[in-house]
Amino acid sequence: MQRTLTTYDQTRRALESGSTTCERTVEGYLESINTGKRLNAFLAVFGEKVLDEARAVDRKIAEGTAGPLAGMVVAVKDVICMRDEKVTCASKILENFVSLYDATVIERLRAADAVFIGKTNMDEFAMGSSTENSAFGAVLNPVDESRVPGGSSGGSCVAVAGGMAHTALGTDTGGSIRQPAAFCGIVGLKPTYGRVSRYGLVALSSSFDQIGPFAACVADAARVLHVMSGQDVNDSTSAAVPVPDYTAALTGNVAGLKVGVPWTVLGKGLQPEIRASVDRAVQRLREGGAHIEEIELPHSDYVISTYYILMTAEASSNLARYDGARYGYRSTTARNLSELYVQSRSEGFGQETKRRIMLGTYVLSAGYYDAYYRKAQKVRRMIQQDFFNAFENVDCVLTPTTPTTAFKFGEKTEDPLEMYLSDIFTVSANLAGLPGISVPFGKDGQGLPVGIQFVGRQFEESTILNAAYYLEQQEGR
Amino acid sequence: MKFNERYEPVIGLEVHAQLLTRSKAFCGCSTEFGIDPNENVCPVCLGMPGTLPVLNLQVVEFVIRMGLAVNCRIAPKSVFARKNYFYPDLPKGYQISQYEEPICSGGEIEIDLDDGTRTTVGIIRIHMEEDAGKSIHDLDVDTLVDVNRCGVPLIEIVSAPDLRSPREAYLYLSKIRQLVTYLGICDGNMEEGSLRCDANVSVRLTGADRMGTKTEVKNMNSFRNVERALEFEINRQIRLIEDGGKVVQETLLWDANQNVAVPMRSKEEAHDYRYFPDPDLVPVLVDEDWINRVKKTLPELPTAKRDRFVTVLGLPRYDADVLTADRAVAGYFETTLEMVTVRGGSDARESAKQVSNWVMTEVLRVVSERKISIAEFPVSPGRLSELLLLLRGGTISGKIAKEVFEEMCSTGDSPESIVRSKGLTQVSDAGEIEEVIARVLADNEAQVKKYLGGNVKVFGFFVGEAMKLTGGRANPKVVNDVLRKKLEALKG
Repeated sequence: MQRTLTTYDQTRRALESGSTTCERTVEGYLESINTGKRLNAFLAVFGEKVLDEARAVDRKIAEGTAGPLAGMVVAVKDVICMRDEKVTCASKILENFVSLYDATVIERLRAADAVFIGKTNMDEFAMGSSTENSAFGAVLNPVDESRVPGGSSGGSCVAVAGGMAHTALGTDTGGSIRQPAAFCGIVGLKPTYGRVSRYGLVALSSSFDQIGPFAACVADAARVLHVMSGQDVNDSTSAAVPVPDYTAALTGNVAGLKVGVPWTVLGKGLQPEIRASVDRAVQRLREGGAHIEEIELPHSDYVISTYYILMTAEASSNLARYDGARYGYRSTTARNLSELYVQSRSEGFGQETKRRIMLGTYVLSAGYYDAYYRKAQKVRRMIQQDFFNAFENVDCVLTPTTPTTAFKFGEKTEDPLEMYLSDIFTVSANLAGLPGISVPFGKDGQGLPVGIQFVGRQFEESTILNAAYYLEQQEGR
Repeated sequence: MKFNERYEPVIGLEVHAQLLTRSKAFCGCSTEFGIDPNENVCPVCLGMPGTLPVLNLQVVEFVIRMGLAVNCRIAPKSVFARKNYFYPDLPKGYQISQYEEPICSGGEIEIDLDDGTRTTVGIIRIHMEEDAGKSIHDLDVDTLVDVNRCGVPLIEIVSAPDLRSPREAYLYLSKIRQLVTYLGICDGNMEEGSLRCDANVSVRLTGADRMGTKTEVKNMNSFRNVERALEFEINRQIRLIEDGGKVVQETLLWDANQNVAVPMRSKEEAHDYRYFPDPDLVPVLVDEDWINRVKKTLPELPTAKRDRFVTVLGLPRYDADVLTADRAVAGYFETTLEMVTVRGGSDARESAKQVSNWVMTEVLRVVSERKISIAEFPVSPGRLSELLLLLRGGTISGKIAKEVFEEMCSTGDSPESIVRSKGLTQVSDAGEIEEVIARVLADNEAQVKKYLGGNVKVFGFFVGEAMKLTGGRANPKVVNDVLRKKLEALKG
């Protein structure tokens, strides 16, 4: 299946010229959602509610008071809270849980007159790289329905790649936006840690999680990011760094840009077509006047193990609140408090979630903390330092987003380690708190999309957006 | 309480003080006590999915106050950590606390022992944390949970194992209460749980260097219980060792009704809290500026105040202790004294003892009889100073002053109006008093003869009669003078 996606830029021009309305745009997307049901991208679709929102936006457009995202139709990963809507995290344990409040990103997008079309499917609690870990069924890749869309934000990615929304909110803890974006051939951006408020994002791993956009083009991603970003009094880890105009940064000019490529890291296990895309991207950047520099990332071998120690440690604590005592799934057969905890959690959580909770509990346990958690924190700082060192000489780092193109269902479910390795290129940015973007660039022999990733300095999303924009223009979309 | 003298108890206390901030530690909810269960809550303190804590800076301010008051080092950077455990009244499944990097460390507190000596108790650390909710078990129904208290800020003050008797522990705890109330950071009420105390207890042969195995005693919810529980546990350990047994490291709960400390079931104490730095909160950074600003807000601390009462006001040490035990009482005393000296144009040192006597014997008596706090006492320092000035000016006698005081306590009226309406003004006019004394002498010829015969003791009898006749209003000094003169004249 190949289709040309409508960008928000196109819709916006149509809205401005009066050739369409927000309501008609939403109706179109609702129709796509309906015909694309088998993809299983959505866990909830807001029919009448989003149409009401759309009509309100149309009135604002008519009055000339519409905000910067007027008429943008957004899908939301079901790990982000929206008042009075369920937030299931694709888990049985929160199957019927309704949020009491809006996440900060939702408030900001709504204030800019975006409309929300529904909540999307995902790996349970954002744990996974294929969206096969949802308690509500896997999501199909619209490019090849026998393949996974990537994960954990598979539903949000497919909502955009399948033409069911202009943009979608995903979350990226170890690559959960960039990896599916690469697998489905769209743009996915993970902002700098602290760029976007996490308030209202159900935490997987608090020191890694960031909310970011999926979009059909770089310009749309830039536009959404601008609205989402900025300090939030409700999130102490959100940064008081000014938010630039990301759209203005999209010049398409890369002359003089210094791009670092960790060639030694790319040596291992890379699918040949992906290597070819990297080479071609490098060539195009050179043609545009960019300087390509080889960089060293000496601690790359420790990226996956460091990540899985720290992420699971935080996850084990973050997920402790789902205990059946106050809300969410409660086992009906428990006879005492201890059984209530054990049975509710055993029955409510899926395999991968339980695996990570156990791993995280283990690495924090007395006697193991120093050997695992504390050591991993040290290595994390070394990995971060690798990037800081590299950024003394280059403006951004280029890698493929993934070592392979989209794999088949079930291909890696039996081997968690194999699955974890699909995040090898994306995880570093989370460990180091850096912004990363995946932009489609080329295809493999089977027509599956390849993603190129740029990782930038902290709070320099503008640089990587523009680099990605340049490649996007080269592909002549 | 006496223990087997071959043994020396070693005690360290962990004191939790609930801070008097208006809102909770990590959200905007009120900390008000006594409202309906589960009312003071929001998504954050309910631990709803997706919520994040935001530190209330007042909490930091308060803990710095305490740290400075006990000479702690205030860390320029301290870190919140998660203490993980499952309990229904702990909505997030972890408590936000501080672990490896607390905000205050290395302080000390001086306590005055009963024998008049002072001893120094080390403070290992003071850290900030949030309270859990309340589980209510003692009902016929299932356990109920009230989450109002979730997220209420606490500080935990950890002493060194420097205390050597239950009495010392009691005195140390009293000192902590005095300090936190002086600093205005905690109301110090143990019965309501705003001050809580756990103890680490061991015993060793007197003079030994090595510590014995310690046990932890919890659930001592009054000052008296702390003393009793420690006495119980020390005796238990000594007896155990004397009988050839060994102390097992365990946690015991004090049962105030049975007067025993009972071991917690081992399952409940087998906690591995899996502490790690809370990634939702940034490190707490405190610079010199902030510390200096807090320093300026510190009130005069109780020991300094007491010493000043002794050296500057010339009060006996006993008076100074009683008056400074409670900051509000000290404040009452000082305000009264200031008004007496300003209005009466006198020197503070000269009036201090009189004011002290009145506050200690009269004001505190009524306060304790009525079981009220000094803040609720009906006679303001202004009114009391008016009364004392009437007394000093000779308008009323000491005896009448006490009557007027009682009246003020029950009606709240001003002393002038009570004196006026009841005609209690002292009679100091020599002529008037001479008439009264002439009558007393005329009515008691037999006593006069005794006096003239050398029995000077009857002098007091004549004074008493004169006071009786004037309804106590006669100025005793004038009565004495006139009486002496008259009797001298009779002697011839």
